[in-house]
Amino acid sequence: MSGYESPVLTGKHFMSGDIAVAEGGLAAGCRFFAGYPITPATEVAERMSERLPKIEGGIYIQMEDEIASMNALLGASWGGMKSMTSTSGPGFSLMMENLGLGVMMETPCVIANVQRGGPSTGLPTLVGQQDMMQARWGSHGDYEIIALCPNSPQECFDLTIEAFNLSEKYRVPVLLMTDETIGHMYERVEIPEAKKIEILNRPRPKGDQKTHLPYEIRNGTGIPEMGLAGEGYRLHTTGLTHDERGYPAVNPETQHKMVPRLVNKIRDNADKICKYEEKNIDDAEVVILSYGCTSRIAEWSVLMAREKGIKAGFFRLIVAWPFPEKRIREIAKKTKGIVVAEINMGQMVYEVERVAGGKCKVALSPNPGGRVHEPEEILKIVEEILK
Amino acid sequence: MIDIEQVDVHPKDHLLRTDRFPHIWCPTCGIGTAASCFVTAVEETEIPLEKFAVISGIGCTGRVAGYVKLDSFHTTHGRAIPFAVGLHLAKPDMKVIVFSGDGDLTCIGGNHFLHTARRNLDITVICVNNFIYGMTGGQLAPTTPENAKTTTSPYGSTEYTVNIPYLAAACGAVYVARWTVLHIKRLTRAIKEAILKPGFSVVEVIAPCSTLYARKNRLGTGTDLLHFYHDNCEIQHGADLHALELKYQDKIVCGKFIDIDKPTFRERLEKRREEVLAK
Repeated sequence: MSGYESPVLTGKHFMSGDIAVAEGGLAAGCRFFAGYPITPATEVAERMSERLPKIEGGIYIQMEDEIASMNALLGASWGGMKSMTSTSGPGFSLMMENLGLGVMMETPCVIANVQRGGPSTGLPTLVGQQDMMQARWGSHGDYEIIALCPNSPQECFDLTIEAFNLSEKYRVPVLLMTDETIGHMYERVEIPEAKKIEILNRPRPKGDQKTHLPYEIRNGTGIPEMGLAGEGYRLHTTGLTHDERGYPAVNPETQHKMVPRLVNKIRDNADKICKYEEKNIDDAEVVILSYGCTSRIAEWSVLMAREKGIKAGFFRLIVAWPFPEKRIREIAKKTKGIVVAEINMGQMVYEVERVAGGKCKVALSPNPGGRVHEPEEILKIVEEILK
Repeated sequence: MIDIEQVDVHPKDHLLRTDRFPHIWCPTCGIGTAASCFVTAVEETEIPLEKFAVISGIGCTGRVAGYVKLDSFHTTHGRAIPFAVGLHLAKPDMKVIVFSGDGDLTCIGGNHFLHTARRNLDITVICVNNFIYGMTGGQLAPTTPENAKTTTSPYGSTEYTVNIPYLAAACGAVYVARWTVLHIKRLTRAIKEAILKPGFSVVEVIAPCSTLYARKNRLGTGTDLLHFYHDNCEIQHGADLHALELKYQDKIVCGKFIDIDKPTFRERLEKRREEVLAK
């Protein structure tokens, strides 16, 4: 059929973060989007509903709720499609059970959470960063997850591609933890030529279909090769604890083999997955740690502190989970304090505290949500921590 | 003298994961019979086996996905249908079957049932209705008839029940049938018709839960319930949907109730895509 649009809109655009998430997904090879309207993430779904029908093989479906959306991603992924959804707090909560199914079945997919203020319905149209611990621990049981935090529309585009690549590489759902401020912010977004975008695909079995075992580790990476539905593998997989054949095996032996592998395939690769941005860290007596939209304010706080003669440094999480433990430990050893600025009453600050392990002071610049920090609010905590 | 041929494997073994046997179902449970009718129907369609996918939720019937030697996915409670929706849209050339229980599909998964029927996605739902939550030990289900006892309705249920064929038809299903596990040939034929029918098709299968439903209500064994089906089933194709409500130990109306043609979700989507791209 002629008239298809290109999935990659190469060029310079004036674009919101939400739209950049959709375009990043398409550039990464996403051809299946299942979603449910929710503020402030609706624009992602709207963009996808406009674009996917015009792209070869593209499918957009609006589901009956976020539970269904999450499951549809898993089904589509096992059918071989790169799939994604977008949501915000209440919808993210509904997705949690089956996010766990995605982890358990080792199903690549991407979930964008444009965070708003909570709890409950909270502040649908206003910013929050209150789902960071839910991203880490939201589904029941033990698992490791990957979560990315863009701080600009450009990064919404770039990190959505990164999210797909990580998801495919490690066979795990990846969370894009953006926020209302970044989602609704319009800025310049540069989309490169399609051939210059690095695309990773899930590891695929090469051997005989009849001998393929869905969860056999053959490549030494801890990540099984993924046979797909309809290819003759006649495979089985389940949300129950399972063996290499994908068969339920409800016993401690199988659990002790399966869960550590699910956890360690991320933990062992944390150094490769972790990403952060640093400025003025080397001589810093105090470091301001932030992520997402708050990092744009924190940068001002660093400058204001420097003007006052305080040697402040800037540290921004680009990947929140897995947490950059090694680097934070190093920083904690050579600085007096770390101030964590986030739009919540304390979430990532606990992780910083744990990793700093008493080597330096750790303080929170809290913000219950609805607006971003004022740079002075963060500066005040910086001054207090140095007292 | 009857000539008996001895064979080493059951003729249906190539359709089953026999390495997983013995299965978890109780003696005289009806789910195995429903699964057996299903694999027979699959073979009778003559569609290559790699073109089938079976999706289940949680529960006794949910375990069917684990025993059929087809691409099979054992998902979460109530969520087999949306998983199937994603898989069907990614692999439109596959026959996607949801095989699950009454509680899984019409209670916790009721919203997905409703909207997937409404959208007329090309999926076949086989719903084994045994009137009770079996896996968890026999609790009240939306199908438990009034006055029937379960572990959470010890004095007899006081609830109205869900009438599955009526619900499916009201939501837009294009094929709706009900049979019991006693009607092996009719059930097999209905499953085959449902698989071949483009659109959302539903086959309700009435089955005995011997260990829990029959025992709690002192109805004997599963075999006694098959005798009950024999004496109390009425075949009424195209029956009035209202009349399909199942009452406690009352007559069971079986048959094919809905068999209509209308474009599927995918057909309508692709037609619109062509129109948009032609502009």
